[in-house]
Amino acid sequence: MRPQDRSLSVLQYALPPLTLVGGVAIWEAIVQMRGIPAYVLPAPSLVFTTLIHDWPVLFESLLTTLLTTFEGFIAAAVGGIAIALLFNRSKWLEYSFLPYAVILQVTPVIAIAPLLLIYLPQHIAVVVCAWIVSFFPVLSNTTLGLKSVDRNLVGLFDLYGASRPQTLRFLKLPSALPHILGGLRIAGGLSLIGAVVAEIAAGSAGAGSGLAYRIAESGYRLNIPRMFAALLLLSAAGIVIYMALSLMSYLVLRRWHQSALGKDN
Amino acid sequence: MPLAAGVAVRLRGATKIYDNGVAALGPLDLSVRSGEFVSLLGPSGCGKSTALRLIAGLSAPTAGGVQVASRGDRARYDVGFVFQEPTLMPWATVRRNVRLPLDLARMQRREAEASVDDALAQVGLTEFANVYPHELSGGMKMRVSLARALVTDPDVLLLDEPFAALDEITRFKLNNDLLSLWRKLHKTILFVTHSVFESVYLSQRILVMTSRPGRIQGEFRIDGPASRGEDFRTSGEYAAYCREVSASLANASIAGVQR
Repeated sequence: MRPQDRSLSVLQYALPPLTLVGGVAIWEAIVQMRGIPAYVLPAPSLVFTTLIHDWPVLFESLLTTLLTTFEGFIAAAVGGIAIALLFNRSKWLEYSFLPYAVILQVTPVIAIAPLLLIYLPQHIAVVVCAWIVSFFPVLSNTTLGLKSVDRNLVGLFDLYGASRPQTLRFLKLPSALPHILGGLRIAGGLSLIGAVVAEIAAGSAGAGSGLAYRIAESGYRLNIPRMFAALLLLSAAGIVIYMALSLMSYLVLRRWHQSALGKDN
Repeated sequence: MPLAAGVAVRLRGATKIYDNGVAALGPLDLSVRSGEFVSLLGPSGCGKSTALRLIAGLSAPTAGGVQVASRGDRARYDVGFVFQEPTLMPWATVRRNVRLPLDLARMQRREAEASVDDALAQVGLTEFANVYPHELSGGMKMRVSLARALVTDPDVLLLDEPFAALDEITRFKLNNDLLSLWRKLHKTILFVTHSVFESVYLSQRILVMTSRPGRIQGEFRIDGPASRGEDFRTSGEYAAYCREVSASLANASIAGVQR
């Protein structure tokens, strides 16, 4: 590695946190100098102390939201992959149902959520919302992956008389794996969005205590610092989910896939 | 009609016409003796790969018959096939790639591993059993592909321009290795190529094909020294064969254009 390259890569990792520190410092300075009241714009330091002070309440809400996100994500992963396998198995099924999967995807979930809340128990409605927004990327990526199998390898499997389950297990699924993992990575973040949207839609009517519900509730009470604190936790949760899924993808693919191999290969 | 004794592959009026009406092959008559090394030589798109795919059973002839000598019970594995590209599974190690045909046949793990070890030893890749394809050079990937074709111990090996994408030095090396494998294992080899030099160097018999539809235009018997080596490549005899075959290939191309 040449010296210029190294200093470039150091910058690449150093710049994002530096930008953050700079931005927060400017925000703090403006709030302090102008004497802006906390119900208009709380200083970062106040958000931080609120986060610590309200930790028991916020942490419990975080766990609630994470649990629904996780349930929605698992449902999306299992459902998305299973539906893709069915579509791959039968063109009739694909032609009959794919348009409706697309329609479900393009209809804004925030508009569907109130209806779901009427017909389903609240917890299930929230999980279903998370599922609706996140299953489609899994479905479409898995479908794409199952279709992009090396044609010569398909010929090879034919030559050796592979059965359908054998072709699926030894060829199609491994070959689709990078696509599936890509879909899951998108689905993780979307499940969180789905869960938050449904919590907001449930609002004060529900018995929910997720982070989004805390944000809505704090808004009604003009508790702006707590809104920021809850938002901070939601962001952090999103980042952690994304990083965890990226790590999983890397660990699974690192031995062979281009995306996980160094540039030298 | 059953195959005569000592005949490994036989095509009778084999014809392939694609769904879009393109006549790709034939009618083609061809008979390969057991243990023979035969090359199908022709320009790109002359249907030589199609012929190979018919013999492998990867595609069915539109008309005519294709017969391959069978040992009976393991009918599917009477042939081994090496594609133009290595066609390896990138997610599997060399060992697992080579073991694939045996896994698909549900062979016992221990028995399969022994066959894999043999096949890897034959192509000189024993030390690379546990690496992934991306860690190998083009020539080594081709060797893995060859080991996979050998692992079921088929009587007939079908090779579809296997060395076309390799550099010349690697190709010469693999040519020599293929020849010594052929001598040692007594396989019947059908080798598709568009290289006059490669076909003369390797084969006992060369069938020159015309294009669209692919037919056999000329046949050459190459009586090289019993153990061919780099000496043969530089001999006058070799040059004479190459000249003769090239002339026939040129005629084949003209015939293809006129038709």
